[in-house]
Amino acid sequence: MSKGLPETRTDAAMSELVPEPRPKPAVPMKPVSINSNLLGYIGIDTIIEQMRKKTMKTGFDFNIMVVGQSGLGKSTLVNTLFKSQVSRKASSWNREEKIPKTVEIKAIGHVIEEGGVKMKLTVIDTPGFGDQINNENCWEPIEKYINEQYEKFLKEEVNIARKKRIPDTRVHCCLYFISPTGHSLRPLDLEFMKHLSKVVNIIPVIAKADTMTLEEKSEFKQRVRKELEVNGIEFYPQKEFDEDLEDKTENDKIRQESMPFAVVGSDKEYQVNGKRVLGRKTPWGIIEVENLNHCEFALLRDFVIRTHLQDLKEVTHNIHYETYRAKRLNDNGGLPPVSVDTEESHDSNP
Amino acid sequence: MGKVSEDKEYVGFAALPNQLHRKSVKKGFDFTLMVAGESGLGKSTLINSLFLTNLYEDRQLPEASARLTQTLTIERRGVEIEEGGIKVKLTLVDTPGFGDSLDCSDCWLPVVHFIEEQFEQYLRDESGLNRKNIQDSRVHCCLYFISPFGRGLRPLDVAFLRAVHQKVNIIPVIGKADALMPNETQALKQKIRDQLKEEEINIYQFPDCDSDEDEDFKRQDAEMKESIPFAVVGSCEVVRAGGIRPVRGRRYSWGTVEVENPHHCDFLNLRRMLVQTHLQDLKEVTHDLLYEGYRARCLQSLARPGARDRASRSKLSRQSATEIPLPMLPLAETEKLIREKDEELRRMQEMLEKMQAQMQQSQAQGEQSDAL
Repeated sequence: MSKGLPETRTDAAMSELVPEPRPKPAVPMKPVSINSNLLGYIGIDTIIEQMRKKTMKTGFDFNIMVVGQSGLGKSTLVNTLFKSQVSRKASSWNREEKIPKTVEIKAIGHVIEEGGVKMKLTVIDTPGFGDQINNENCWEPIEKYINEQYEKFLKEEVNIARKKRIPDTRVHCCLYFISPTGHSLRPLDLEFMKHLSKVVNIIPVIAKADTMTLEEKSEFKQRVRKELEVNGIEFYPQKEFDEDLEDKTENDKIRQESMPFAVVGSDKEYQVNGKRVLGRKTPWGIIEVENLNHCEFALLRDFVIRTHLQDLKEVTHNIHYETYRAKRLNDNGGLPPVSVDTEESHDSNP
Repeated sequence: MGKVSEDKEYVGFAALPNQLHRKSVKKGFDFTLMVAGESGLGKSTLINSLFLTNLYEDRQLPEASARLTQTLTIERRGVEIEEGGIKVKLTLVDTPGFGDSLDCSDCWLPVVHFIEEQFEQYLRDESGLNRKNIQDSRVHCCLYFISPFGRGLRPLDVAFLRAVHQKVNIIPVIGKADALMPNETQALKQKIRDQLKEEEINIYQFPDCDSDEDEDFKRQDAEMKESIPFAVVGSCEVVRAGGIRPVRGRRYSWGTVEVENPHHCDFLNLRRMLVQTHLQDLKEVTHDLLYEGYRARCLQSLARPGARDRASRSKLSRQSATEIPLPMLPLAETEKLIREKDEELRRMQEMLEKMQAQMQQSQAQGEQSDAL
């Protein structure tokens, strides 16, 4: 765990699981004889294997929040991302189902396992966001929730007797759903992202992208990117946190070309060319969710889960959390209130 | 007008519809259509598709940060469409800014004021002295666009509809309906219908067809009524669907949506019901029901004691025959009358001059023939 003021990321990285790749030796290893194949080989590269085993045993946490107006397919997308029913879809056509009068925060946890690795996934839903007639400050409950998780973590951290593994309920990633109007961002989108991009990693996605043709999609994305830039909104991956040139080029490509990802979600399967695929069947064709010619769901999935999952957690821990912590320490004149183990938490975390 | 009717028992007023028809063709046809709904639901594209025009060509779409502080405005665009010898003067009323700001409370008030203003203007014209050229600027129909991305009507939709449903004919429409699979469309339509009933919102009721129409027509009519709210897709681009023939549609990587294909969306139904069969009925309902309702409410509120004196100065009361106070029209009205009278005078003068010229001509001709 990192202490003190926010440090550079390279130091902190050591405390997390994945170490830097081992640099190539300046002197190439001599070819060895068959019997003594251990000459010159120490075996530190097994550390990766050891860490992997440890991760598999302990599992890891991931907390993802979804924000957007009702009906934009948030729950369906999350279910598609994690290939399981982790998000209960608001029973769409239920007559009793009413839009909540204020923004609610609902966090539901699941344990998913794949290849021996356990993930404790928490999906945080925000029903009621953007659905009222008056939506001023409707992001406040969300900001409050995020800060409460930081506060919780901080309290655990400054404890005298600390838990071995502090439960991490901090929001690692916030998927913000943009309505596919085809024109531009809505004022509410701008306001939300302006306020929250400083507190949490925001990944904007264009929801229900099957309403836009290829030209409309690319125009819309360009316009959205420009609007975000003009308004100084830094979405994840933030430019200032690119560690090295490799990161920068990779992330630049994602930032300037792919994002925001135009996605389509589905939990129904159809038969296409002899394969069963997730998709949406319309009278004019079947939209395949994982077909890159149809939508960018696969890109989003690879981005969030397969390549940047760990980075999302690291940025949350090293940047956002540290910012919060520094602010709290400054506010309190240097010393956060000392918390005792038995102290009850008054947070409204469900 | 050709043959003299031979049958002396035959009165001949069966030709009345033809006469009316000819008169209205000569006069032309006025229609005011309002489109309302959040931005980005395909309203402009649909209007362009419906009327095969390009009304929104020079439109500038403002950015999100500009829309934050924008209030709702009312815009009017006029276009003359001619088809088969019949001229339609179509006025489109747009409501940009609706649903844009963070706080949309009461954002429908400008729309309500606008509709009522038109009624008030008509009431004044109707009660005035010169009723020859009353311009009917009343809103005859409001196409309200519902988002296909929501789960039915949103609070803002309900608030808007409740504010205007007794003042204008509402036809609810689901925009960008190619976002939905067939079962989703059905479920959404049912949800909207249920919500409309629950919130007691009166939408325009397409009249029942006559009992002597054939079964096929009745069935078609019933089908059309069941498909309300209409799930529409608009497009002004022509694409080749499956390489057969060009159609208006939207091309995606997974297929092409054909705007005029009844299996794809309800565009044809909407066009048929709005433009081809019920244009006149919408005007009639506006006049006979909605306007009369407004007028009755207006005059009733004037009937309250104390209000009468104020009112008698500006409106003609039709209540009691015994007291018919002479209307003292406000200044603007009198000026308008003066202008109209001037116009009439000018026309009469022109006619006089023409007649004089003709007389002079015939005199001259007469003299010539005398001379011969």
